[in-house]
Amino acid sequence: MAPPANRRSGYSRRAQYSSFFGYLAGVLGALIGAVLLILSIRNPELFSGARSAASEVSEPAGSVTAGTRQASRNVFSVLEGYILAGSRYDKLDRELKQAKSDLAEAKAIKAENRRLKRLLQIAEAGPDPVAVTRLTSSTAASSRRFATIGVGRRHGVSDGMPVRSNLGLVGRVLQAGSGSSRVLLVTDTQSLVPVRRAKDDVAAFAQGRGDGTLEVRLISLGINPLKKGDVLVTSGAGGLYRTGIPVAVVESLTADGAKARVLSDPAATDYVIVEPVSSRAAAVPRAQTEPVGEETGPRPNASGKP
Amino acid sequence: MILQPRARARSSAVRRRINRAPSPVLAVGLPWLSVMLGSIAATILVIASAPIMPPLGFLTYLAWRQLRPGLLPIWAGLPLGLVDDLYSGQPFGSAVLLWSIAAIVLDILEARVPWRDFLTEWLVAAAMTTTYVIACLAIANIADASTPLLAIVPQIIASILVYPLVCRMVAMIDRARLVPVVELNK
Repeated sequence: MAPPANRRSGYSRRAQYSSFFGYLAGVLGALIGAVLLILSIRNPELFSGARSAASEVSEPAGSVTAGTRQASRNVFSVLEGYILAGSRYDKLDRELKQAKSDLAEAKAIKAENRRLKRLLQIAEAGPDPVAVTRLTSSTAASSRRFATIGVGRRHGVSDGMPVRSNLGLVGRVLQAGSGSSRVLLVTDTQSLVPVRRAKDDVAAFAQGRGDGTLEVRLISLGINPLKKGDVLVTSGAGGLYRTGIPVAVVESLTADGAKARVLSDPAATDYVIVEPVSSRAAAVPRAQTEPVGEETGPRPNASGKP
Repeated sequence: MILQPRARARSSAVRRRINRAPSPVLAVGLPWLSVMLGSIAATILVIASAPIMPPLGFLTYLAWRQLRPGLLPIWAGLPLGLVDDLYSGQPFGSAVLLWSIAAIVLDILEARVPWRDFLTEWLVAAAMTTTYVIACLAIANIADASTPLLAIVPQIIASILVYPLVCRMVAMIDRARLVPVVELNK
């Protein structure tokens, strides 16, 4: 493509000036951007008002796409069902034989599952939810992991409330707007969740890695007791999250902890529940949380500014 | 003269283009609008637990700059970047800074390589997008986060691959921009 002729200013004073001032404005824009950036790094709360106003504006569109996301998943699964019907029949036939022998095993697992669930208190043991809503948008193009939910202060949501789905912890409310709120997802690198292993009380911190997995760091160093497949639940330390919300499952071990996969993938989550802030903050002895905070840098409740 | 319904319909279809000019609002406003919509679309299309979505706002901005150089002024990065910052989740001001720099860099590159085909443009856009995504990560990490570089590799690849598609979309919008809709001398 040839360069447009009008960009050559030639001898025309007017054209020269307009070209010059164009560049000047461009450089000025970059400078303004740099100033804004420095301001926002110094004080992350500075532009949160504008942000929550903006998310209110895009909220209707987000709600629509939240519905479409769910519908489109269903459409795809229906189409897939038609296309794969024949091969699926063969597969099912093979699997049926296998399944019969697995059935006995499954019964044993079921009993164990019931026992574990009782241990975890997964099922409906939590407090009354503040609100049930959808995730309407997320910062999918940024390395930070924020999402927006369709409820805000109007619905009783306030900063710091845990957000979970029926599968597990999703994140916590970072900033409640009037009709929508920003949520810090657990996979963000600023999110630090105190967890423990579900079957015993091996305490650890789960920090986001920014790529959809969590870095689990054990509090007491020594021999790594974690194993692949261990389920981690919130320990309730620090008082931000209540005890026993499932968070992640251990995927691979590292030197001082593990890499874990989040149980509640936000992409597969239709509805999320906003829960009130746990009242255990006062009940947890200071000594239990204090040394941990010094050791791992950001405290769980001081972390996660936008 | 009274026309039959079919003839009237045909003549109105013809008439829709004759003696009309493009709407100045659409001709000027659509590029700006499409970039803003790109910024918003990147956040509402998927709920992601990892950075996987290409920065659609930036890609649209880049596509407009490459397809129609000079249509968006050099300083367009300031207002458009502001909108992107509102939605992107980056520290506020990062898009304003990076988009403004991108416009200036692209202008210099265009003066250096005046004759180019799409492959050249794609290469330039790929280099700029890669730099942009890494710079965004660096800014986010300076501000607060500590995301590893490896986490954004899928996003960079997706951005490079999706760019031709964004260019097609921009070309379509560019056609729509100049459709004659305003009736002259009514």
